[in-house]
Amino acid sequence: MSSDVVVLNQVVKHFYRKKRLPRNRDLSGIQQFASSFKNYKEVVKAVDGISFQVKSGQIYGILGANGSGKSTLIRLISTLLLPDSGQVNVFGYDVVKNSYLVRQMINRVSVEAAFFKRLSAEENLVYTARLYGIPVMEARRKAEHILNKLGFDSKRMHEGMEDLSRGMQQKVAIARALLTSPMLLLLDEPTTGLDPTSKRDVQSFINDVRHQQDTVVLLTTHDMVEAEKLCDQIAIIDNGKIICEGTVKELKLLISQTEVTLEDVFIQLTGKTLSEE
Amino acid sequence: MLNLAREVMVSYAFIERNFNLLKRYLNWEILFFTYSIVNALTIGLIMVERGSSEDVLYLVIGALIWGFLSIMMREVSDAITWERWEGTIEYTFIAPIHRVTHLVGSCLFAILYGLLRTGVVLSIMPLFFGNYVDLSNSNWLTMMCVITISSLSFIGIGLMAAIFPLLSPEKGQAATGILQSILLLISGVYYEIDVLPVWLQPFSKISPATYTLRSIRAAMLDNASIASQKQNLLLLLIIGLITIPFGFYIFHQGEKYAKRVGRLKRSG
Repeated sequence: MSSDVVVLNQVVKHFYRKKRLPRNRDLSGIQQFASSFKNYKEVVKAVDGISFQVKSGQIYGILGANGSGKSTLIRLISTLLLPDSGQVNVFGYDVVKNSYLVRQMINRVSVEAAFFKRLSAEENLVYTARLYGIPVMEARRKAEHILNKLGFDSKRMHEGMEDLSRGMQQKVAIARALLTSPMLLLLDEPTTGLDPTSKRDVQSFINDVRHQQDTVVLLTTHDMVEAEKLCDQIAIIDNGKIICEGTVKELKLLISQTEVTLEDVFIQLTGKTLSEE
Repeated sequence: MLNLAREVMVSYAFIERNFNLLKRYLNWEILFFTYSIVNALTIGLIMVERGSSEDVLYLVIGALIWGFLSIMMREVSDAITWERWEGTIEYTFIAPIHRVTHLVGSCLFAILYGLLRTGVVLSIMPLFFGNYVDLSNSNWLTMMCVITISSLSFIGIGLMAAIFPLLSPEKGQAATGILQSILLLISGVYYEIDVLPVWLQPFSKISPATYTLRSIRAAMLDNASIASQKQNLLLLLIIGLITIPFGFYIFHQGEKYAKRVGRLKRSG
């Protein structure tokens, strides 16, 4: 059996963005008024012929600036978007043709911890447990265990999500994903906006998950230190294309033999700094 | 193949979640509830002292049944709107559940919630209308039968309406509202459809609400039996059997489109 968990082959995804026509001063008043309702569509190539493989046991990192196509890739793998062309396979199943089977094996944590804000953390987690056919008692026990490990005070499980801090919400989002014991965990900038302590809690938990549960992790981030700390293999993505791929060591060797950081590699290869984005 | 027991359990997730949401948005619930009661009362009171008790009941039935049917239609569509606003729709769509299960769960909640609200409003009616509303001559069995069968067609319409918020939460809610108001106009909720302009009357004939109201009025005002309403019931069943699969098909197409153009992303 192949050790490839995720295989992307020449995947392309475009979006169309509606834009207003620029104001034409040569037109008469009525014509200008009429033209103010006219739009044109701008093509945005979010993912432009991307191919890569994630092997079992790996934490695979996708590094890129905002708008580089990272989240689109995660959505394509998680069956939330249909590719325009190319193929995405998860554990050998095509995500378009075998969407239901793929969804049984994956879960996702996105940068925005989307929840029913007025419901408590517990109610949100019970809802997820029911969707995945997990007995509620078992789900409660499991969620409490995960949240404890993440440094979340279990007494706050009954508070509305809107009363929890961003860091706490993100920890509940991680518990929601892991509750379902996914074989592939898709983490889309899971630590963005977290305070240093929460960030460290989440990062160490991701490492534990890989070792203890044998879960394959696909992580997108623009945090170079995080990528260096967690990822076995990294792809740097820019404008929807992978511009290089390898281990941290291999990537560093691409630009210099001397001591460099991953951030230096990123700047050198993309010509961008993360603060520009 | 669907594992029925599992799917029933999964569909319960939507019922439980929606009742939990009702509890958390209780102030809004009280507002809508008060509005339903006042609406039914004011419409019924128009006829007090002007017409017979049957005339009062005619209007009250219109208000109650329309309230029930519109709750059902709106709740199915709102289930999607809510998830779009909260941004949870991607998490529901990533879960290994069949879309049928997802939508059936939302529909079951809509039926339960609609029955609950209508039941409470109905039980309050005698306090305001006294002798004007005499339900002793009503055939409740026929009424329940009509409600059950007509629910199917309204679920079907709700499923079709649910694609509007799937594609755009804001415009979707507006579109659902327009669809609902057209049904109110053409279905003879407060008047017989004969009073509508001739060009509008054919549309009344394809609205399930027209037959629902006719049969419920017959059951409540004239003690009509199920057998006497079989023609209306058959029509309602046919409309339901057409609109439900068509609703699922339309929703499936809408979902495919949303996934193609990236509309499931959080908005709002």
